Amino acid sequence: METTSGLFFFLAPWIVFAPLVGLLINLAIGQRLGEKGIGAVAASASGFAFVTALLQLYSLSVHPEGALVKVAEWIHIGNLALDWTFRVDTLSVTMMLVVSGVGTLIHIYAIGYMHEDVRFKHDVPRYRRFFVFLNLFIAAMMILISGDSYMMLFVGWEGVGLCSFLLIGFWYDMDTLGRPSWANSNAAKKAFITNRVGDFGFLIAGFLMFWYMGSFQFDAVFAAAPEVAHAEPWVITAITIFMLVGVAGKSAQIPLYIWLPDAMAGPTPVSALIHAATMVTAGVYLVTRSWPIYGLTHDGQYIVSTIGAVTALFAATIAVGQYDIKKVLAYSTISQLGFMVAAVGMGAFVAGMFHLITHAFFKALLFLSAGSVILGMERGHHHLPHGDHHEVFDPGDMRNMGGMRKTMPVTFWVYMIGTLALAGIFPFAGFWSKDEILLDAAKVFPHVYIMLAIAAFFTAFYMGRQIWMVFFGEARHAAAEHAEESPQVMTIPLMVLAALSILGGALNLPGVHTLTHWLEHSVHLAEHEGEVAAWLQVSWGGLNPIVALISTVAALLAIYLSWLLYGRNPLKAGQPDPLKKPLGPIFTGMENKWFIDEAYWFVFVDRYVDLANFLAQKVDWDFWHEWFHNSVIARGFVGLTRFLADPVDLGVVDRVSYWLSDLVKASSESLRKLQNGFVRSYALSVLLGVVAILGYLLFK
Amino acid sequence: MSGEIFLFLTLALIAVLTALGMLFSKNTVYAALNLVINFITVAIFYLLLDAPFISLAQVTVYAGAIMVLFLFVIMLLGIQQISAELNWRSLILPGVLAAILLVEGLYLMLARTGAGLAFSVTTTAALANPSEMSKQLFSDYLLPFEATSILLLVAMVGAIVLTKKEKGGDA
Amino acid sequence: MVSVNYYLALSAILFTIGALGVLIRRNALVIFMSVELMLNAANLVFVAFAREYGVFSGQIFVFFVMTVAAAEVAVGLALIVTIFRSKQSIDVDEMNSLKG
Repeated sequence: METTSGLFFFLAPWIVFAPLVGLLINLAIGQRLGEKGIGAVAASASGFAFVTALLQLYSLSVHPEGALVKVAEWIHIGNLALDWTFRVDTLSVTMMLVVSGVGTLIHIYAIGYMHEDVRFKHDVPRYRRFFVFLNLFIAAMMILISGDSYMMLFVGWEGVGLCSFLLIGFWYDMDTLGRPSWANSNAAKKAFITNRVGDFGFLIAGFLMFWYMGSFQFDAVFAAAPEVAHAEPWVITAITIFMLVGVAGKSAQIPLYIWLPDAMAGPTPVSALIHAATMVTAGVYLVTRSWPIYGLTHDGQYIVSTIGAVTALFAATIAVGQYDIKKVLAYSTISQLGFMVAAVGMGAFVAGMFHLITHAFFKALLFLSAGSVILGMERGHHHLPHGDHHEVFDPGDMRNMGGMRKTMPVTFWVYMIGTLALAGIFPFAGFWSKDEILLDAAKVFPHVYIMLAIAAFFTAFYMGRQIWMVFFGEARHAAAEHAEESPQVMTIPLMVLAALSILGGALNLPGVHTLTHWLEHSVHLAEHEGEVAAWLQVSWGGLNPIVALISTVAALLAIYLSWLLYGRNPLKAGQPDPLKKPLGPIFTGMENKWFIDEAYWFVFVDRYVDLANFLAQKVDWDFWHEWFHNSVIARGFVGLTRFLADPVDLGVVDRVSYWLSDLVKASSESLRKLQNGFVRSYALSVLLGVVAILGYLLFK
Repeated sequence: MSGEIFLFLTLALIAVLTALGMLFSKNTVYAALNLVINFITVAIFYLLLDAPFISLAQVTVYAGAIMVLFLFVIMLLGIQQISAELNWRSLILPGVLAAILLVEGLYLMLARTGAGLAFSVTTTAALANPSEMSKQLFSDYLLPFEATSILLLVAMVGAIVLTKKEKGGDA
Repeated sequence: MVSVNYYLALSAILFTIGALGVLIRRNALVIFMSVELMLNAANLVFVAFAREYGVFSGQIFVFFVMTVAAAEVAVGLALIVTIFRSKQSIDVDEMNSLKG
């Protein structure tokens, strides 16, 4: 700490306190502030966190080793010493900047979005609650990324899980179309419970860590890890696998990704902030943070990156068959998270983090734009003649859209930028980060590379499909025809994010590698040591032209294909998807998410319900209530009391006491005759006694 | 048989006869007089047993003071006899008991102490000397002696209180 | 010189007669006299044993017994007088107000 005087490391706790202060202000006096005030407080709280992060950035540029800022002692038991310590290093500050930066933009956007959302759904008072939750999320996420130990990270991990639950179920009393239903709260529960499964894995990993390495603190664990890896290699593999379970829960990987599509039930800013840009990347951050452990186990790396790659491909195929604008983005997010997990899994931590950052930009952009589209649709629907209002109208269904580039030009353009960035078209941000992942994958795990490359092709395809369906062709619903552009409070954040999506690649341009050098202070990168094919050794300052060319060509091809299918002959209202005929059952599978949810229902939920029914009906009711309570306990007790009452109490206790009283009565009646008042008879008794005693003495 | 034994037996016979006389005399005055003679015989036994002081005390206290007191009371109350006092049937059980008591007492005293014709201590000059006795009485037995004086005082006061007619009282 | 056993025998006889008197007579005065007779019988044994062992203690005990007897007679006769005043009788069978 002595070398850090004059720097701003000591301000690090404000990264958490600022949003907490914001939410407390809104809780206390939010009602009096009004909508504008609430939004301003929340957004400036998040902005303050961003400023704090910038100050940390400055401090790190002077003193790149970082600092530990201890706030409070937390748990001290025996050898276990856990403190609430802020770990300020290049990795955590990168995350802080992304979270608070994107978070602030989304806060601003949400001021406009929620203003209309709560009016559409006729529940204005929820406005304040939304921003309280959003600030709480920022605070929890900051705890997660600034913690200095796995346990502190876990606190934030659970905190963001809670906020995710609260915000998915924000419209808990309706479904996504605003009809009274428990659909949204069920989606929230699904997310929460699925995450519990993941947390279980995380905790097991944590316990293993503490058991074998004696600490939760990052540095201590990493220092002990090589020794443990040498003595008991399986421990490291087990830790990585169990941690992967946690990552799969939080970052929506196979097999626990199922909650994320349902999480779109939350308001769109939530989908953008929590379920695209920040929270779901926590798993990626966790793996990156644990790089010394993952670097020790090849098996663990193999499994993690394979899972990531499979998820990326699998989710991409589902995205192709979706009609809901947000569902497409949700599966896209799962797919992109698969990219990141695959990258950090195989040790390409910088590539993973790079993609995390750029993805945060363009996916937040896409979600927010989608939100803008949905609100535009709702506004259009609102202006329709009243007779049409009672039909069930889904403003998020792409089959209702079409031709919206004319009605919502700003949204169209930023959406285009986001799409190109996601599809990985040069020179947008996604191109650089995705290319880095693909190159590393090609060097380390070829099968991962192949899957990711196909996934990238699908990515470009479904994004192209979305663009054509939403913005081109003719409106397939009157609402799309009457859609209106969103207000500036929403479009300005979109433009900022669009700019970031274009320029984000500059963070780690080939030959410059700003991010790589920056992160090297926190994550020590090992070069891949295995044999590498000759064509992969070509390097233009770190960029392999062949890999880049393949992926770019694939992306362009996919966009062209999507134009052939959806752009050239725009979809008509009521017409089935043009892919349906040629692909047949395959497309049905894509449409229905490969029936994974149904399979989960069948394998887990129904079996669980069966078990619960069995326990409730047979074990609890029939066995415990009917048989055990009524027959055994009740009847046994009645029998016992009857036994105690009749034979024991009446027969023994009462009889003995009556007998005793009768005895006393009888003996006293006979003895009182002795007390006859005649002196001489008393004297006779005395003499009798004397005779008796003398007789006794005589015969003694 | 020496004269001494003859004397003893004669006196013993008188003692038993007077005792029985007291027991069966219907008139209380006769009973009292019988008892006086009995006491006097006992006093003579005391003399024979080399206890002259006790002997004289027996005559003065028992035969004199106590029995005179009895006679005074008889005279005072004016009741010499109670009608149908002796019921021969009610004599059976006490008689049997008394007989058993006598047998037992005799057996215990005679068998346990061992039979001998003469007293073991023959020189009795000191015993017969009242001054020797008074020495012991006023040295070793001083405290009980003083206690008896208090006892007598209390008895005297008690007798007066008991017999006094209360002024306007019920008794 | 007669043996102490003769005195013991005589004493036993006298005591028994005294006891019998207490038991069979209803006249309170005679019962009282019988008690005195029993005391005398006991005194006789004391003196006889004092002579047997050549010590004074027997005689001294008899002295105390006499004192106590005197006191007893004084109080006892006073009681009899008082009872006679209230009951006009000295028949002990009529003094049964303590009957249980």
